[in-house]
Parts: sequence; C-alpha cells; structure tokens
Amino acid sequence: MSTTPMLTPEQVKRYSRHIIMPQIGSRGQRKLMDSKVLIIGAGGLGGPVALYLALAGVGTLGIVDFDTVDLSNLQRQVLHNSETVGWPKVKSAEATLKRYNRDVKVVAHEFPITSENAMDLIKGYDIVVNGADNFATRYLVNDAAYLSGKPLVDGSILIFDGQLTTYIPGKGCYRCLFPEPPPPGMVPNCAEAGVLGALTGVMGSLQATEVVKVILGIGEPLVGRLLLVDALAMEFRVVKTRRNPNCPLCGDHPTVKELIDYEVFCGLVPAPNGESMVAAH
Amino acid sequence: MSVTVRIPGPLRRFTNGMEKVQAQEGNLAKLIADLDSQYPGMKERLLDDQGAMRYFVNVYLNGEDVRFLQGLDTAIKTGDEVSIVPAVAGG
Repeated sequence: MSTTPMLTPEQVKRYSRHIIMPQIGSRGQRKLMDSKVLIIGAGGLGGPVALYLALAGVGTLGIVDFDTVDLSNLQRQVLHNSETVGWPKVKSAEATLKRYNRDVKVVAHEFPITSENAMDLIKGYDIVVNGADNFATRYLVNDAAYLSGKPLVDGSILIFDGQLTTYIPGKGCYRCLFPEPPPPGMVPNCAEAGVLGALTGVMGSLQATEVVKVILGIGEPLVGRLLLVDALAMEFRVVKTRRNPNCPLCGDHPTVKELIDYEVFCGLVPAPNGESMVAAH
Repeated sequence: MSVTVRIPGPLRRFTNGMEKVQAQEGNLAKLIADLDSQYPGMKERLLDDQGAMRYFVNVYLNGEDVRFLQGLDTAIKTGDEVSIVPAVAGG
C-alpha cells in the first residue's frame, strides 16, 4: 500500500505522461514516489540514472560518491557543469536534481562505499544501482546488495561497449557472471581507454528504465540476461546469465557470508597473511 | 572457417578493429587456438598460464555461457555464433 497521500494537482500534471499509461497510473506513480533508490557513483552512468529517476518522481535518491567534479568529467557526466568543477560530485548532483524536481529527496553520501559502511548504507533503500568505476567497488556492491536481499541494477561501460543486467537475490549475481576480477592493469578503465560520452547516456537511461520496472513490477527486467551494447556496430544483443550453484556468495554452499576486503580480492593490496584471495576459491 | 566470433571492443586491437571474425569449428579449445594463430595475443586474453579459461572473460555459444556447457570442450559447429565478453568496470 502506498503511504504517499493523494497526488496534488501539480503532481498530476507533472507526471501525467506516466499516469496516463495503464502500466503506471496514479497508483504506480505513488509507488515511485514512495521508493528509495541508492545510486553508486555520480558519474557517467549514475548521472542519467539519477536524472531520469528524479524526473520520474522517485521519492528518495541516495547518491554515493567521494570524488569532486573534474573538467574531464564534463564530456559525459550530465549532473555536473562548468560551474560545479571542483565541487563534491554529490553536491553538484544534488543541486542539479533539485532544479529538475524539488519533490525528490536527494541524500548526498559524500564518502566511499566500503565493507564497513555498505550494509548500513544499503539497508535504508529498496533497490541499488551500480555505476561504479572499478572492480573492487563492483564486487563490494554486488555482495552487499545480495546479503541485504536488495535488487541490483548493474551497468558498466568501456570505450564503445556497454553491459547491463539486473540481479534479484537468489537468481544469480555478479560473481556468477564473472567469478573473479581481472588482475590489476589487465582490463583498462575509462581514464586509460576512453568512453563515448553519449553511450553513458544510453546505458544509464536503460538502468533507470530497469529501476522503474523493478519498482513497479512491470515488464521483464533483465534478470538472467545480460544486455550487450555495441555502439560502433549499433547492435544490442542479449546473452543468458545463470545462478552458479558453486558461487561462493549465492551458490548452494556459500563461503562468503559477510563483506570481505575487496582491494585484496581484486589484487590491489596484498592479503595480510600473504595469500592471494583470488586464488583461494 | 565458418564459425562467427564476435570480438568485444576492448579486444579489437588484436583483430585489426574487426568486430566479427571467422574461425574453425570443432571445440572451443580448437577455436581459441585458431583465433590465436590468426590474431596473435587472443589466447592470452582468454586463457591463463595453465590453459584454463579466465574468470573475467566469458565466452558464449549462441547466447549460452560455455561455463554452463562443457567449457573448453564445448562442441562448436558451422553456423554457430561465439561471443567473447570481458568484464568491464567503467561507470
């Protein structure tokens, strides 16, 4: 049951293009206004996700990012602009989103998400969106969302390629898709290899679409499917993903029951006991 | 030479920028060896030093993850489509 009171006349007008659709209606709109979405990263993907969810009237948008706006972000990151260079990204994001829709509560989490704070952070939200820019954070967010029982809409980009899938706890996770991270330096990041600015808009908008579908319980979210976007060929393809029964997190006999040290897992720092955690499973 | 292999953006530097290449049928191990002979460096991207499939690069046969088929022994025949999908972390 929606706890949001009846829509005001202004809200009816603002959201009329959503409300008129039978799949959403005023009940669906109030559901969106009741929901709380946590977005990891206020960058290329997090930007369009936050923007479209704010426009859609999602009640609470939490945004986690410890970074500040850099001039090199402005080729793609729609939440930020020339005037906000040097600002904390979450503050720049908040200012932008508030201009679009004052109904939306923006919670600026200006710190890195870590194994220590992730569970507490996610607890207050209904759904998590991954727009992180590194593998360690991606595995951390995956594990924390699964252990918290929250859906995770996961997108990633590099050069002209994008990937998107939605994880519902119990139906597979990021570790089922990619059991181990690449060793440091083996897969370049966007700073090293580049990324097409408009592609971040495509992928982030698709993530926002998935979030709306999951909140409303409509359509077929990308569960058990991985969408591959090739912007150069302009091809969208889907491959199957599965829950791996041997997955250390969500498999039949899990060994990962709480958050671990993801920098060690990703080989960024050595394990305290000198063993490689990557080789350990 | 009649299996189509889709090459992801990050690996196209090995294939002269080509997004689709052809390789020999047989099984996945044979296909990877053939790919590497045509485009040196591909094998190292797909297999580790022990010759096992890397955990951060997936191979799909007609949309199915070969890890859930027979891995490197998965039979591949003319007309099949193989996709290589590496983990990427950009956001």
